[in-house]
Amino acid sequence: MTDEPDAILRMENITKIYPNGIMANKGVNFSIAAGEIHGLVGENGAGKTTLMQILFGLNHPEEGKILLEGKEITIANPNAAIAHGIGMVHQHFMLVPSLSVAENLVLGVEPRKGVSLDLPEAIRTTEALSKKFNLKVDPRSAIRDLPVGTKQKVEILKALHRGARILILDEPTAVLTPQETDELFDELKLLKDQGNTIIFISHKLNEIKALCDRVTVMRAGKSQGVFAVADVTEQDISRLMVGRDVILRVEKSVAKPKKPVLKVQDLMVVNRFRKKAVDDISFTVRQGEILGIAGVEGNGQRELVEALTGLGLYASGDISIGGKDIKKLSIRGIRDLGTSHIPEDRMTYGCAADLSIEMNLLSYTHDHPEYNKNYFLMDINAINEVSNKLVEEYRILCSSPQQEVRRLSGGNIQKVVVAREFSSNPKLIISDQPTRGIDVGATEFIRKRLVTLRDEGCAVLLVSADLNEVMELSDSLIVMYGGKITAYIEDASSISEEALGLYMLGLESQGPEEIRRVCHD
Amino acid sequence: MSAFFDIIFSSHFGYSVLRVSTPILFAALGALISDKAGVINIALEGIMLISALTGVIFSAITGSAFFGLFMAVLFGGLVGLSLGYFSLNLKTNVILAAVAINLIAIGGTVFILYLVAGDKGISSSLASKVLPKINIPLLQNIPGIGPIFSGHNVLTYLAFLSVLFIWFFLYKTPLGLRIRAVGENEHAADSVGISVVKTRYIALTISGILAGFGGAYMSMGYVSWFSRDMVAGRGFIALAAEAMGGATPIGCMLTSLLFGFFDALANSLQLLKIPYEFVSMLPYVATVVGLVIYTIRKTEKIRRIQEKAAEGGNA
Repeated sequence: MTDEPDAILRMENITKIYPNGIMANKGVNFSIAAGEIHGLVGENGAGKTTLMQILFGLNHPEEGKILLEGKEITIANPNAAIAHGIGMVHQHFMLVPSLSVAENLVLGVEPRKGVSLDLPEAIRTTEALSKKFNLKVDPRSAIRDLPVGTKQKVEILKALHRGARILILDEPTAVLTPQETDELFDELKLLKDQGNTIIFISHKLNEIKALCDRVTVMRAGKSQGVFAVADVTEQDISRLMVGRDVILRVEKSVAKPKKPVLKVQDLMVVNRFRKKAVDDISFTVRQGEILGIAGVEGNGQRELVEALTGLGLYASGDISIGGKDIKKLSIRGIRDLGTSHIPEDRMTYGCAADLSIEMNLLSYTHDHPEYNKNYFLMDINAINEVSNKLVEEYRILCSSPQQEVRRLSGGNIQKVVVAREFSSNPKLIISDQPTRGIDVGATEFIRKRLVTLRDEGCAVLLVSADLNEVMELSDSLIVMYGGKITAYIEDASSISEEALGLYMLGLESQGPEEIRRVCHD
Repeated sequence: MSAFFDIIFSSHFGYSVLRVSTPILFAALGALISDKAGVINIALEGIMLISALTGVIFSAITGSAFFGLFMAVLFGGLVGLSLGYFSLNLKTNVILAAVAINLIAIGGTVFILYLVAGDKGISSSLASKVLPKINIPLLQNIPGIGPIFSGHNVLTYLAFLSVLFIWFFLYKTPLGLRIRAVGENEHAADSVGISVVKTRYIALTISGILAGFGGAYMSMGYVSWFSRDMVAGRGFIALAAEAMGGATPIGCMLTSLLFGFFDALANSLQLLKIPYEFVSMLPYVATVVGLVIYTIRKTEKIRRIQEKAAEGGNA
């Protein structure tokens, strides 16, 4: 632990208890020095987001105080935080898609000419800021047309425009490619050189090592201490985070692929902006293998998954599951072929949040005869029995299977989804961002299950924006860029992150012959 | 059949399209403002009814049509504001609160009318005033066109000017920018210190004011009295017009004119020997058909894009 002589900002003894009784922060001390990049790490639910929300005025602590340059301040709302020079770049961008970069930048502090908005002035301001901080953006483009990396730059500029000297970045790299991440790091270092202070929240320990001067580690609502990054290893930090050594590697044997289950031929999907979201792609997933799809989000993965699961239409091409064409099948029909789907957005597609765990577990099999008496009434005993069994088997932490899903933590909600999807004897599992935003324990559990199912002969298609996950868990990989497959890597462990990044950004592409190998015909 | 076309192609018919489009256009612009702020205001119907009665009563008391208009618009704004209070402060479902306002308006206007005029159906015993008509110099002398565009009620001109005002307000002023931001991503607006609640209050109040103009026009321009249920679904037709107009001011104007056309047609066809009940159904049938066509076209468009892509043509 290091001592703090010249703290610009100090949070002392912060305690936050939510109305539902969860103690998110317990006597946390947190301090940052002027002009440093300070890492804040911890598992989901460790309390880092709550702590930063308190700092930004989105949450209010039960106890504790905040000192800015030695003076105690109260931060009632984000406006107060901004007035004190504290800015936040949220994980979900706070941008209005149909408005231009300049309009988003000045929103709330609009320059005026008479009664009207002075748009030319807004554009000039944007250009000047963009130049000053070396964050390249086009003031006139609409936000919805911009790639994620650029949106993030707009967010950073927005905070700086409002006079932020302390910037909080909430998991900024979660949505970026390795190259975009490097770019962001260079920009952040420049901001630091210009005298700004940055709080960098992340899960990724290598990023903390690469970027930060010091790091605060949180676990279960408590600070585990502050460390100079140079003095600690990634293993040290991870031990402090979870209180044990996480096996970051996924233990699995070599895959033994058998017959093809999912065959996709010349598939094309057009999105509502008339763009080809999935552009003429073919691939096959076989029994006993995990085929990963790597790629920056928004390169056709979502549309592909929607076409495969029946949630969306596709323009042309063939999709067959277990030899059966799915073009005319309903979502239910596709599921009845033995398809399981872990959707990307678990709250919208994965569960009915207001219903109980057992109702969610039964939402696919509710009309099966074993849960119904006389084809009419639900058989409560049978339902209780199976849901108790699944809750136990999948280690879902809850007061009872009758608890509302909404009240569970993210990881446990995902376990409910996974329990339902994995327990229906699937032949094909379409797994879309299966561990996004959930804690390490649940992540490990779900990954292990996927490997077990693979070993039992399931075909698994894994879509993940988490590069680590897709590289560790997959047997083979395809990379999607601009709706096309840019590479097929037969042995996922043989490729480096950097090489994959080049395919993900479309800077390199394999030849059609090489890519064709993923069809295994 | 020729009688039918004689009706449609007369200047008189053109004039009456503009005349009957006016209240729909006011309300459609009201629907637009609140929609842009992310609140659906289905209380437009009730607000129009309340404002129509308010205008009649106050113009009869003071003998001033413009004071009546002022009070009608004020009441419109206040009812819009109260809808904001119910939904934004007290957290009622905005649809249910608006339904309540509409129901209160139906019964309440008749009740007040009875107290004031001693009649449960019509305000003919009140000496209410009518807003003036304006003849436009030069234009009124042009044959064919003059009789269509000149000599309308002052509110008709205001309605079409409002299209311009609202466009300017939404797209060129800071408050318009904030309203659009709040409607599209309230969290984004919130995060930069824009009060979502305050912005929605403003939008609902303006929405109410516009509906107030529409209501005042009904009883102080379209006709010169108040009668029970006189708004007759125009507030709801306006919601359809706003949706079909693609939530833009110009779109609202075009669809309001379309509904106005059917409304005028219904009025004119009463001259031919077509049953009144059938004819008065037309504007509503047009609404339903309009919405169905709008939806079909939207889905067709998506399907065509898919098919076009399938043929290999670059979409």
